[in-house]
Amino acid sequence: MRWLIIASFILALLLSILPLPFDARAWRPEFIALLVIYWATYSPEYFGVFSAWVCGMITDIILLNALGQSTLGLIVVAYIAHLSYQRMRSYALWKQAMWALILVGIYQLFSNWVMGLMGRNIDTIVSLGTAAATAILFPFIVVVLRKIRIRFRLPS
Amino acid sequence: MIIKPLFSKGPSYFSRLVLFVLITFILLAVGRYTDYLSHARYYLNNIAVPFYWIGNVPNQLGIWFDDTFTSRQTLEEDNARLRRQVLLQEARLQKMAAISNEANRLRGLMGSSQLLDDNVVVAELLGISPDPKVHKVIINKGSQHGAYIGQAVLDAYGLVGQIVAVTLYTSEVLFITDDAHAIPVQLIRNNVRTVIEGIGDLYRLRLRYVPSSMDIEKGDLLVSSGLGGRFPAGYPVATVSEIDRDPGESFVRVIATPTAQLNRSRHVLLVFPADRVQPEEGVVTSSLVESHMTDNSEHSGGEPVITTSAGSE
Repeated sequence: MRWLIIASFILALLLSILPLPFDARAWRPEFIALLVIYWATYSPEYFGVFSAWVCGMITDIILLNALGQSTLGLIVVAYIAHLSYQRMRSYALWKQAMWALILVGIYQLFSNWVMGLMGRNIDTIVSLGTAAATAILFPFIVVVLRKIRIRFRLPS
Repeated sequence: MIIKPLFSKGPSYFSRLVLFVLITFILLAVGRYTDYLSHARYYLNNIAVPFYWIGNVPNQLGIWFDDTFTSRQTLEEDNARLRRQVLLQEARLQKMAAISNEANRLRGLMGSSQLLDDNVVVAELLGISPDPKVHKVIINKGSQHGAYIGQAVLDAYGLVGQIVAVTLYTSEVLFITDDAHAIPVQLIRNNVRTVIEGIGDLYRLRLRYVPSSMDIEKGDLLVSSGLGGRFPAGYPVATVSEIDRDPGESFVRVIATPTAQLNRSRHVLLVFPADRVQPEEGVVTSSLVESHMTDNSEHSGGEPVITTSAGSE
């Protein structure tokens, strides 16, 4: 189980640094936030605030952010997902995607806020594209990872 | 499906959240207001390097594919075109040698210091900052190759930006279009000095505090002025593309387009000022005055590096 979590995050990190044309980057989903939401919702016993913090630190190092920029949002999102996982898992997939959209919005709120503290201008419109792309991707992640877990008989 | 235990052990979930938020805040504050973390980052960023190498593999495969499966005809056409281009450039260089020599002699007459020339090292793009709001790239030259923080980076058409962080084998380049970046420039037409800054848009830069009396026109070329000591003087930065003179405003709004092809170039040039110790590896020096290029073949292991040395006597 842990190995699946680690492998999924390594894949997500690779996907998030894959070089894209400058203008296409506005549509790249927030893969890390997506996985944190997924794991905190579907395996809360394996993935909590501490795991989210570790993920955030590694993400910040690899994405060359200020240390803590995405970490702050990720731990808050993991906490909210942890509070709501019982209700969320019983929803239809598209409703889960809506909830994921809100959570990614919260994540971006925090990371933009930290960027603002670091003295940058923030363009909110850019964040909307990534948030929407992330929410659209969420149901697919749920389905694919469910298939993988059934295939390898991992607890769900 | 697990059920929330009634009597949870250990600290409560909320207190754990508070603890980690606090730790993160402390890290952020330390990173923002002190310099301790940047030393740690020099080593920590090395963790990121393999990720960028792997992330670059699809690109490299594409290039390899293109190289391997080009038709003979395309290669021949390319070859002929490049030969023509080299001939033209060399002719232009011959003239340049004479002109720069003359310029230096005139400067000598005026008692001002001579124009020294800079060495450049070719670097390749390894990755692009994943955050769409940050205009940063990662290149494949690090402190091992002599790259240092604050070093100017060019491409074939103009100034690209400067290095803001180095690791052993890679460094981060902040583009001039990033909204945290500003650079002192001057108009090449009349030597008026001003400051140009990024606004987070890859195709637009803004000139700050341009008085309405200033002589500036659409199409003016702005070159780096070398003030501030960070960028070498005389490299093209941008051309003025929009001027909005609003009588109600105290300053003119001027927008310029960067001359460097920021979203296209795969290769950039690191500038080593002439007075700085040059790295040994892969540096080729050639003098314009003598009008010859040093043979690259003796440095076959290193990268093709060209030095333009304009008559420093």
